[in-house]
Amino acid sequence: MPTFEYAPAPESRAVVTIEKSYGLFIDGTFTRPKALFDTINPADESVLAQVTQAGPRDVDKAVAAARRAFDGEWGALSGAERGKYLFRIARILQERAREFAVLETLDNGKPIKETRDVDVPVAAAHFFYHAGWADKLEHAGLTPSGGPLPRPHGVVAQVIPWNFPLLMLAWKIAPALATGNTVVLKPAETTPLSALLFAQVCQQAGLPAGVVNILTGDGRTGQALVEHPDVDKIAFTGSTEVGKAIARSIAGTTKKATLELGGKAANVVFDDAPIDQAIEGIVNGIFFNQGQVCCAGSRLLVQENVHDQVVAKLKRRLETLRVGDPLDKNSDLGAINSRAQLERITRLVDIGVAQGAQRWSPECSLPATGFWFPPTVLTGVAQTHRVATEEIFGPVLSVLTFRTPAEAVAKANNTPYGLSAGVWTEKGSRILWMADQLKAGVVWANTFNRFDPTSPFGGYKESGYGREGGRQGLAAYVTTSPRTPSSTTGDTR
Amino acid sequence: MSRLDVRKTYKLYIGGAFPRSESGRSYEVVSASGEFLANVSMGSRKDVRDAVGAARSAQRGWAAATAYNRGQVLYRVAEILEGRRGQFVDEVAAAEGLTPRGAAASVEAAIDRLVWYAGWTDKVAQVLGNLNPVAGPFFNVSVPEPTGVVGVLAPQGSSLLGLVSVVAPVIATGNTAVVLSSADRPLPAVTLGEVFATSDLPGGVVNIITARTAEVAPWLASHRDVNAIDLTGAAGVDDLVWGELEAAAADNLKRVLRPTVAGNVAVEPDWSADPGLGRLRAFLETKTVWHPKGI
Repeated sequence: MPTFEYAPAPESRAVVTIEKSYGLFIDGTFTRPKALFDTINPADESVLAQVTQAGPRDVDKAVAAARRAFDGEWGALSGAERGKYLFRIARILQERAREFAVLETLDNGKPIKETRDVDVPVAAAHFFYHAGWADKLEHAGLTPSGGPLPRPHGVVAQVIPWNFPLLMLAWKIAPALATGNTVVLKPAETTPLSALLFAQVCQQAGLPAGVVNILTGDGRTGQALVEHPDVDKIAFTGSTEVGKAIARSIAGTTKKATLELGGKAANVVFDDAPIDQAIEGIVNGIFFNQGQVCCAGSRLLVQENVHDQVVAKLKRRLETLRVGDPLDKNSDLGAINSRAQLERITRLVDIGVAQGAQRWSPECSLPATGFWFPPTVLTGVAQTHRVATEEIFGPVLSVLTFRTPAEAVAKANNTPYGLSAGVWTEKGSRILWMADQLKAGVVWANTFNRFDPTSPFGGYKESGYGREGGRQGLAAYVTTSPRTPSSTTGDTR
Repeated sequence: MSRLDVRKTYKLYIGGAFPRSESGRSYEVVSASGEFLANVSMGSRKDVRDAVGAARSAQRGWAAATAYNRGQVLYRVAEILEGRRGQFVDEVAAAEGLTPRGAAASVEAAIDRLVWYAGWTDKVAQVLGNLNPVAGPFFNVSVPEPTGVVGVLAPQGSSLLGLVSVVAPVIATGNTAVVLSSADRPLPAVTLGEVFATSDLPGGVVNIITARTAEVAPWLASHRDVNAIDLTGAAGVDDLVWGELEAAAADNLKRVLRPTVAGNVAVEPDWSADPGLGRLRAFLETKTVWHPKGI
């Protein structure tokens, strides 16, 4: 059979202008750049731009600007007018979608196919969806009909990760603004650029000054922000470790928090599953975004009698994956986001092999510079192996087996996490039974890694609390307690 | 000649049984006017551990019971409580220093609250869940599910109405509970345990520990197999800082229902107010299930 080689098909970088350096976006304007650090392209380690490390005084200014906006123009706005701003933002994101896609791919390392088809359009969809809620909150079932209207908390501190920089920004900012809060958001240290471009979108939309403030920096900035006394609510997506630290830091205060943390999702394949579809789902589940997804299907639980068949088909499919230039429209996998993350993945996989797992990767030539890890399958993994219990956050699939549905459930739930899970079977009653049994906030049956602004997302147990998206996601951004500043009536955090 | 009455031994309620504290300790309970009422078990860390184990064992089955069934069981609790009305009126009056009429009103409100929550069991999913119109060919539904094992610090003041008001919403949705009763007013709680034991409520769904709150609450807050904690009863306890319990709860990211705070001090809520859905929501998780549509 003849082999047809792919010709390079890179997306043009020219669609987006990257400044040499960026200040912070506070009170509607950019500050002068200072205390700069590099943000690099993880695909080739070239410096893309320099951004400002926000210090405690910058945090003070941003929180103060958000407070002024909340007490002033934004707080006085009707829901309908707030919604119109969000519609504007959604439209601008759509208009400038290609710019965002290219910028995100450059800064994050994920393939253009994903930023173009998922990150950016779903981010725009989040603004569009939440725009419509802004003037309908009394219909959201958050308060009894005829009771007090749900009210915003005030100033919301939001800290987001590097795996979906713009999408996580949208998940955070859209519901916060729809419900009438103001925002100070800190993007991840390694992926600040799309948030800074979003600040320009806010300017283009004419969003009142101070409603959205963007602070770049590392963990110190995030800590100063969430611990700021004038912050009313925290929304965090990131590691379970930091999530616990945030939960501790707000203990005994009136601050609220929603936490979207780690995961170790089981993707359960029964022997009656549509195997070819399941293979696609397994691949999407763990290799989407190089596996740097908190809800990634990182533990494949295969019914024992189809294990060999599934693994063989999976390997054959992985041999067709294209790893390389993230800007190339034919790339399926791009670069790992940072050297630190690459080292973590490498270390955990080495430990997995040392503990007895068999490692396999397809033949693929990885670029000489940048941070790269081949798609990897670990078979012969036992429940006690670290690769079966710890979040790897990379393109690494651990394969385990089970015999009965009860065993599948026991193994799937045997983790402190509870973010997502997958089930593959043609038997409808078994899908529904499994969906009931799995302790996970999202269950994908005969599909995986689907996201939609109308669909609540968030975890059980140590995957965090609160939901993002849907009607349920609004609850995190409103309070129904009486309007006295020092009083909280039995609100959960 | 007057008859000498037969007094009751007040014990813990764990896993459907009535053990004494494993610690062998007890403490004296007096009425609001200072008269001796009883010696009750002084629960310990290990009693908390046993109760959490019982609650964990019972949780799966209780959550798997139909909502209709849970509603009937809660209604049955109300029926048995009504049957023991007189006993509760006496105990509440003694504990809280209420007049017989005031105590009766409080007991009746507790019974009515159970009936209210009994009716919620098969409506919560309809009110808090929904289909989601995702942009693609998928069936997508969000439903509330119980969080799991919930630690409950019952209020220190309202010995029955307050207790029922915090326990009923926890178990109505399929959670199981480990309850620390009011420390100084524990007798209605122990008697409520007897009601639970005779109400078709499976053993372990509610476990009640009489104890010094400040001593055992930290163990409950830090227990790794507890999924959520209600800090209502931290209000009015000396030597107990609820923020420290919340910080301990962060070790396994328990869901925390904070106490009502007024002027920076935790206070007991007004139990006569409409409860709303807040206490039901606090111990529920939203699960969202996707499935493709196609032919």
